[in-house]
Amino acid sequence: MIKRRQFVHGAGALGAFGPLALMAGCATNASGGGPKVVVVGGGYGGATAAKYVRLWSDYGIDVTLIEPNSSFISCPISNLVIGGTKTLADITAPYDNLTRRHGVRIVQDMVTRIDSDKRIVMLARGDELPYDRLILSPGVDFMWESLPGMAKEGAKDKVLHSWKAGAQTVALRKQLEAMPDGGVYALSIPLAPYRCPPGPYERACQVAHYFSKAKPKSKVLILDANDDVTSKGPLFKKAWKDRYDGIVEYRPKHKAVDVDANTNTLKFEFNDDVKANVLNVIPEMRAGDIAVKTGLATANKRWCEVDFLTFESIALKNVHVLGDSIQIAPAMPKSGHMANQHGKTCAAAVVALLTGKQPNSLPIYNNTCYSFVSDEDVVHVASVHRYDAEKKTMLTVPGSGGVSSAANELEGRYALAWARNIWADTLA
Amino acid sequence: MKTTLSAFILILALVSSGAQAQNVDPLQVRSWASACANCHGTAGVAQPGMESLAGNNKDELLKKMLDFKSGKKPATIMHQLSKGYTDEQLAALAAYFASQRK
Repeated sequence: MIKRRQFVHGAGALGAFGPLALMAGCATNASGGGPKVVVVGGGYGGATAAKYVRLWSDYGIDVTLIEPNSSFISCPISNLVIGGTKTLADITAPYDNLTRRHGVRIVQDMVTRIDSDKRIVMLARGDELPYDRLILSPGVDFMWESLPGMAKEGAKDKVLHSWKAGAQTVALRKQLEAMPDGGVYALSIPLAPYRCPPGPYERACQVAHYFSKAKPKSKVLILDANDDVTSKGPLFKKAWKDRYDGIVEYRPKHKAVDVDANTNTLKFEFNDDVKANVLNVIPEMRAGDIAVKTGLATANKRWCEVDFLTFESIALKNVHVLGDSIQIAPAMPKSGHMANQHGKTCAAAVVALLTGKQPNSLPIYNNTCYSFVSDEDVVHVASVHRYDAEKKTMLTVPGSGGVSSAANELEGRYALAWARNIWADTLA
Repeated sequence: MKTTLSAFILILALVSSGAQAQNVDPLQVRSWASACANCHGTAGVAQPGMESLAGNNKDELLKKMLDFKSGKKPATIMHQLSKGYTDEQLAALAAYFASQRK
């Protein structure tokens, strides 16, 4: 598949946003002009960081965002596409506002290699980009080696993860539509930590909601490697019992070890095989490939450890890592909301460091996560995280945070308003 | 009545002194405030369906956040989030959003 190279130059748009202030104290940047920041990955973390480095440097720092996809597709709300109440278009947004409004240069490409000595990133099509500071927000990649059968030809096209929103989101919806009434949809959940702790349970609700309306004899079988529901447990269990009795069955302690895509069979460490009409397997995951390849995944070769004041890697100077790729602080979820918060904390620190100032010493931010248990009723979990100077990590503030008392329609409206606001904060 | 009165005095103290809020590094406050943007919009200018904070009255914003924190004002989520901040931090946030353009 050949993707068209896109170099979108932001220079023309800059005039409307005030002067390109030349920054003092930045004589040692990579190639003259203002300091250069390269951001890799245009998800919630990277796109936010790109926008806020521009904003908070008064448009004095040059920012290039490298992203292989031509538009942003949101993982949050994507379960509603699988459930059939939203479309892919509803969760897709363009990147061009970052260029038009903020002068972020967007390059549609992949990074193949990082030379941290020369401070250069190499792109798939051969170009090199210099940086003063590099911000990596590569998301997650899957540990396919833990499911050997998925390496067989065609397996990945038939047994979907749909854990990166896009083509697989739509493909899973089509599999569910094609499934006969009375069929079984089986969802395999990996051991934590994984991207979006409540996401699988929300997905089970969305599929069950669809079945309850269109295919009431069908079943949703949740096969969870964890000992129990990892997020909002009582609220999800209540939804399954009150709303989807006879449709949803939850089985904890089911760690998948292999998949036979030919027969749609899931094999487990300790339990009997499970065969299903539609098999949806979320594999174990780790930091995105480029982070692992660059030697940044210092925690179990899986996640990237960072300084929580700046998000600078503990392994490489001038390289910052954000979002789902990092070794999380205690009780910090891997979520889009959190990645956006990382992006702003990192952007403030990068601007400070490139202008000879001290980064903020007391980051405080929150996580807010809404899950749809039907097409309109929602439950949330919220937390506030504050930097602990002694422990050098983010800790939740005692007494803060919590969950919904019950699923409700008001929070359904807030959830969609949250989506509109975070998409705008990240991309517009 | 007593709790209302003491809350009122607290607000008066926070608002009239203002010193504590002003002692906080404005760039630090800007970063704290940016954490609210996920629901309330960049610099407090919200998309449809959520309340904008930009350009609102400082004292009213602070009173609202303190009432969420004390449980006096019912909420779906703000009673849980406001408890993550000291009263001084809330005062600094109220001043920041009040100073933003609508």
